[in-house]
Amino acid sequence: MSDDTPSGSDITPEPLYLRRRELLKNAGLFLGTAAGVAGGLLSLTGRGRGSSADAVPDAGAVAGPVVKAASEFDTSEPRTSYEDITTYNNFYELGLDKGDPARLAHLLKPRPWTVTLDGEVHEPRTVDIDQLLSWFPPEERVYRMRCVEAWSMVIPWLGFPLAALLAKVKPTSHARYVAFTTLMDPEQLPGQQRRVLDWPYTEGLRLDEAKHPLTFMAMGLYGRQLPAQNGAPLRLVVPWKYGFKGGKSIVRITLTRTRPFTTWNMAAPEEYGFYANVNPAVPHPRWSQATERRIGDFERRRTLPFNGYAEQVAHLYSGMDLRENY
Amino acid sequence: MATSPHPWLNPAVTVGGLAPLVFMAVQGPRGALGPNAIEAALNQTGLITLVLLVASLACTPVRLVTGWTWPARVRRTLGLLAFTYASSHFLTYVVLDRGLSLSALLEELAERPFIFVGFTAWMLLVPLAVTSTNAWVRRLGFPRWQRLHRLAYVAAVLGVVHFVWRVKKDVTEPVLYGAVLALLFALRVGEAMRKRRARAASAARNPA
Repeated sequence: MSDDTPSGSDITPEPLYLRRRELLKNAGLFLGTAAGVAGGLLSLTGRGRGSSADAVPDAGAVAGPVVKAASEFDTSEPRTSYEDITTYNNFYELGLDKGDPARLAHLLKPRPWTVTLDGEVHEPRTVDIDQLLSWFPPEERVYRMRCVEAWSMVIPWLGFPLAALLAKVKPTSHARYVAFTTLMDPEQLPGQQRRVLDWPYTEGLRLDEAKHPLTFMAMGLYGRQLPAQNGAPLRLVVPWKYGFKGGKSIVRITLTRTRPFTTWNMAAPEEYGFYANVNPAVPHPRWSQATERRIGDFERRRTLPFNGYAEQVAHLYSGMDLRENY
Repeated sequence: MATSPHPWLNPAVTVGGLAPLVFMAVQGPRGALGPNAIEAALNQTGLITLVLLVASLACTPVRLVTGWTWPARVRRTLGLLAFTYASSHFLTYVVLDRGLSLSALLEELAERPFIFVGFTAWMLLVPLAVTSTNAWVRRLGFPRWQRLHRLAYVAAVLGVVHFVWRVKKDVTEPVLYGAVLALLFALRVGEAMRKRRARAASAARNPA
């Protein structure tokens, strides 16, 4: 620590100086390249992740008293968290990755909204969603939900039985099936800008399936309004069938004489049948349906026939070959 | 390798290439991979395998087109990284997804073509990883070693088929990888034909 100017020999000798420069340059190149490779791999393969909890938009609480459903409609299994239910979704109209629908949910406007009830009914009508909801006191039902992709959840839905809505419009004696149509609007549902599927999404049930007391129209979950990514403002829930049967964001319910065309069945008929009853004994052509992963669980669990609702619904299919009618 | 002009290159590619795997292993259990972490890890390791495999196969065509020498220097590293990710993908499936149930695994292999194809692709990479050292190049002799390592192309094609089969509906992404592979393959075939013609021409000029 002297005040003198340093003599020449104190200054770093040139070869060492050059080596240091070389080392620094190489260190810089090393870091830059490593970061580039890691970043490149992640950007090429990074998937839409489930967003974090604070990013889940809160659709407000459901007004009015909630009726607790009869226990036969409830499972006592632990419920999947609100965050997982609202950030891990298949809703191709809002993107193909599981995290996309929550990210793009703000584009879908669930009000104003009307639902058209028509076809083989004595009293066809088009109703405002809030008027329709005012007809039925919201009921809470905790259902298992089994996706055809072999994952599952337990969801506390709010809504009303479809049978009650059908009774309102009085099906004619010719009605055999019920068809459900999702909103068609590429502005609100940007996934519809690409023909991944034949939009709008349509689903259907046999009339006796539709009238079954388990078949439910959901307008909320966990005591709150249904978020867009879960099918706001109104969706179908058929707990003994694979999830894709439960059409989301429904604008039209039509009673028909003949079996309606349904979207996934048209897209890949050998993979997605019209019935789509949960059945561990009938594999999807590309994967087994014998087990499933409950979201939040580490181990897979055995899949139950009719998703555990066999006692209530098996009679609907007596005498039918469920391998043929998958 | 000791006096290579870019001493930092291979270590950097190795560290950068392994970073996503470390991130997944550390952050996945903490929820960074979303509600279905195992599925996300499977998708991610599978995709990265394909990217690295395609990148390793792109080294030679890139060198041919640009005249740069550095792609050839990282080719082995990229190939070994691809094998590392393929193995992680396979282990994630066998251990985490199927709970190490051997009977279930054999059943899946027998009944699901897409699983079988993916498994075959991984099996093809094993001998390539084993023979990736200079000693093995010498032991086999370069022409034989080169022929063996063309299996990387077969593995990549099988990887794309595995991916196409895996996707529920939208095959855009797997088709893109397939297109890149086809382009790389075309460049190589073109080069091989040029060489053959050149050899034939020189043979014609200098009859033995």
